[in-house]
Amino acid sequence: MNAQGTHMFFQQLINGIALGSTYALIALGYTMVYGIITLINFAHGEIFMAGAFVGLLLVATFKMNIFAAMVVSMLVCMVLGVLIELIAYRRLRKSSRLSALISAIGVSIFLATLAQMIFGANARSFPDDAFPVRQIHIGDADISTLQLLIIGVSALLMVALEYIVQRTKLGKAMRATSEDYNTAALMGINVNMIISFTFAIGSALAAAGGVLVGVLFNAVSFNMGLMAGLKAFAAAVLGGIGSIPGAMLGGLLLGVTEVMGVAAGYSSYRDAIAFFILVLVLLIRPTGLLGRKIQKKV
Amino acid sequence: MTEFLQGLLSNINPYILQIIVNIGIGIVLALGLNVITGLTGQLSLGHAAFMSVGAFTSALLTIKLGMPITLNLLVTGAVTALVGALIGYPILRLTGDYLAICTLGFAEIVKVVFLNLDITNRALGLSVPPANSAIPMPFVVWGVAILAIILVSFVYNSRFGRALKAIRGDEIAAEAMGINVARYKVQSFALGTFLAGVGGGLYAHFISYINPSDFGFLKSIDILSMIVLGGLGSIPGAVIGAGVLSAAPEFLRFMANYRMLVYGALLVFMMLFRPNGLMGGVNFTDMVLRALGRKPHLKTVLQNREVGK
Repeated sequence: MNAQGTHMFFQQLINGIALGSTYALIALGYTMVYGIITLINFAHGEIFMAGAFVGLLLVATFKMNIFAAMVVSMLVCMVLGVLIELIAYRRLRKSSRLSALISAIGVSIFLATLAQMIFGANARSFPDDAFPVRQIHIGDADISTLQLLIIGVSALLMVALEYIVQRTKLGKAMRATSEDYNTAALMGINVNMIISFTFAIGSALAAAGGVLVGVLFNAVSFNMGLMAGLKAFAAAVLGGIGSIPGAMLGGLLLGVTEVMGVAAGYSSYRDAIAFFILVLVLLIRPTGLLGRKIQKKV
Repeated sequence: MTEFLQGLLSNINPYILQIIVNIGIGIVLALGLNVITGLTGQLSLGHAAFMSVGAFTSALLTIKLGMPITLNLLVTGAVTALVGALIGYPILRLTGDYLAICTLGFAEIVKVVFLNLDITNRALGLSVPPANSAIPMPFVVWGVAILAIILVSFVYNSRFGRALKAIRGDEIAAEAMGINVARYKVQSFALGTFLAGVGGGLYAHFISYINPSDFGFLKSIDILSMIVLGGLGSIPGAVIGAGVLSAAPEFLRFMANYRMLVYGALLVFMMLFRPNGLMGGVNFTDMVLRALGRKPHLKTVLQNREVGK
């Protein structure tokens, strides 16, 4: 590879990691919810969209600092996520999984339409001074302060999540519940509270992802949740659904391949690249990259 | 004959007619997915992709060859079933949600490929000429819908259908009973995608304009909602679900902007109050027989039992 080629490669790698970190943030919510109640939470993409809108509103209307806006947006979406679980999923926990899935899709359609009614059909953008963008040279490649922000915030949130899940009592309860729902309940864990907590954390991560993506692409629209949600879900499955490091790995992998694919000239196939990789990986490793082997029993 | 049928149609309000035809197309699509998801228990989130394969095949057969509609639909169905079997063969090894996401992935790939092919006219989509048929399209649609109901009813009670139900119940147990799980799964996928293709062909000729973007994820979800709403695995359920959900957006149209909002909320509430669907757990044949008085009512059965004691 010549100098020009390496330069391009590193540049695209950085772009890919920045995009991939946002996929990973959303994918974490899917994978955690799935790990605990085996539900594909289709409304998760809409929570991501809601997070972007709340952030936009705070920055544009209330002139809030981008970091403060992100924190408030995460808190709002926590409440939203918990409410969705309470209203639309809790009663369906004992019925067939497909019913819960359809309910999730209903919530997703509801939220997307609501956003369209409130904010209109056109994409809105963050004000230019929301975040000062500068280019920094590292070796051959350029990295913008925006990309640094995205990678930094995502890494920080993922470390925080890993700490909560592995080191705190709540995290221990979460892992126990996802291991075996009934036994966890017998051991005195308040499973309802743990499930609400899981939704809260997942939604907060999605909201952070929403604000970051909104600033990165400088566009926030009512239908941004659908494709982002599908790709993030693909990332979660790619890494092995239910596995937290898997979601991070899957998100980064999808982001990098997508950016590389576009750079290689397949830009009109952009949205198919993620799914192509997914199908390929699943055919070779049916439970994802880091997924646990499922033992089938009669 | 043709004039008579057309005269019949001209008496119907075109708006109502459109809803009726949409219901017919919805029934064909829902029955197809019902074979895959309801009967065999394999969750597919990519049914609209096969509908799209069917729609474009059928449209091209009419445009390039001017094929008569009956033959056209059969060839379309066969082509789609072949595509379905080819895709199904590798991915049906996956279980549960991995299969679901794989079908979703394939659906997105099909959509993007169609958006980039010259023969499907890329993002502009195809205008479909009127079908080469003496019978007006609404009658063709309902004829096919009724045939589909009969076909799927036969499948349900056949040896093949029982094998599929066994797979839905428990794959390993079914395999232990000597059922070739892999083969039956691919066959059920082929049958389901056959109906999806035929439904797509009907859609293409009725709407007369098709675009790959019309067959996205949301369309697949529409069809899935029909069978879950009606009651998974139930044929009357699929028909009723298709009827309700094909007509609902039209009847909600008076609310203009609130339409999809209400639709979303409706899906949630339906699931909360009838999680097994409208017809879930209802034995339709018994219900009809009881209504006709050919079979005693449940109440009388229970009373007789009390008396017997």
